[in-house]
Formats: sequence, structure tokens, C-alpha cells
Amino acid sequence: MAERKIVDAKNTFCPGPLMELIGQMKMAEVGDELEILSTDQGSANDIPEWINKVGHEMIDSFEKEGVWHIVVKKTK
Amino acid sequence: MSKDRISVMVTSGSREQLQMAAMVASVGAVSGSDVTVFLSMNALKFFIKNSNELAPAEGEMGRLMEEKNAPDFMELFSQAVEYGDAKIFPCSMAIDILEVKQDDLEDFVSEPLGLTAFLGDASEGQVWHF
Repeated sequence: MAERKIVDAKNTFCPGPLMELIGQMKMAEVGDELEILSTDQGSANDIPEWINKVGHEMIDSFEKEGVWHIVVKKTK
Repeated sequence: MSKDRISVMVTSGSREQLQMAAMVASVGAVSGSDVTVFLSMNALKFFIKNSNELAPAEGEMGRLMEEKNAPDFMELFSQAVEYGDAKIFPCSMAIDILEVKQDDLEDFVSEPLGLTAFLGDASEGQVWHF
């Protein structure tokens, strides 16, 4: 399995976490998994929308101790 | 299938308006739309390199955004270009009035564009104004 990379985007606001994720996605290989950490609920809602629209694979999404974790697999 | 087009005209010099414009441009561009931004009136001066001028807040939201570390609008515009291939054009009239050249503007800003060309571009998709 490809390594999962953590993208720590805590303590900023929408669309900061999305942009950080995209910056990391650009550098990732197809098949890599990225886990974005966000303290902003707007981003927790918006990032899955982006993943669906663009066509990557949503792996997981959960909240733990005030931090949202969204796991995405790069598919293209 | 042709891509969605989003044309964003930015004329305000307020932090809130510039922020919202940058959000629409960046999120639109990274979501697969062809984004064109046209900078004119009070918006353009903030794109002059090393101007170090802060866009004033219109109200509480603008002040809170700075306190709470919202992403900087200039960075979002830059990411719209870098990650989503957005095109950001300075209005050729505003360039003349401010007496600046393209080289004086941030590197992610393209060559000056006239209103006729922007309106032609804007006729084929969503148009937003801030």
C-alpha cells in the first residue's frame, strides 16, 4: 500500500485547507493517500465536495477532538 | 465537453470583497473551471509588487478574518493561477491611470486586458463581480 501523507492545515479557514491539500496532491503520485487535518468545519464540508467534483477517491472522513480528518486517494 | 467558464470582475479595494473574489477564483479554478479575473478600479493597486499596502476592512468580518488567520487573498489569487491555471488580467485603463506596467505587478498577473476582450470572455459563462 502506498504511504499515507498527513497534510496539517489546522488553524486556518476555508479555502486554506483545500488549497494546501491541492498543493500536496500536485506533488503526490497516483494511488497515494493524503490525510488532511482541519479545524475549520466549512472546509470539512467543502473538501469532500471538491474530491467528488474532481474525481478523486474519498477514503474516510471523521472528527476527533475538534479536528476533522479527511482521507483522499489520488486517482489521476 | 467544454469546461465551465467563470469570469470575475474585481473593482473593490475592501478586504472582504477582495477575499471573496479570491475565494471564487481559486476554488473555481481548482475545481475544473476556466477562470478569468479582471482587476480594475480600487482593486488593482494591491497587486503592485512590494506595495505593502493592506486592503482596509469594510466591517467586522474583515477585521476578524485577519485576527483569525484566514488565508491571504493575494496567496489565494496566486494559487488560482498555480493550481488551477486561472488567468488574472489587469484592466488596461487602470494600468494607464495608475501609471504602472505589467512588470510592476505581481508575477502571477498576466498582460493588460481591455474591457472589450473581457466582456467577450464573460459572455460565455458565469460572471461574478466584487
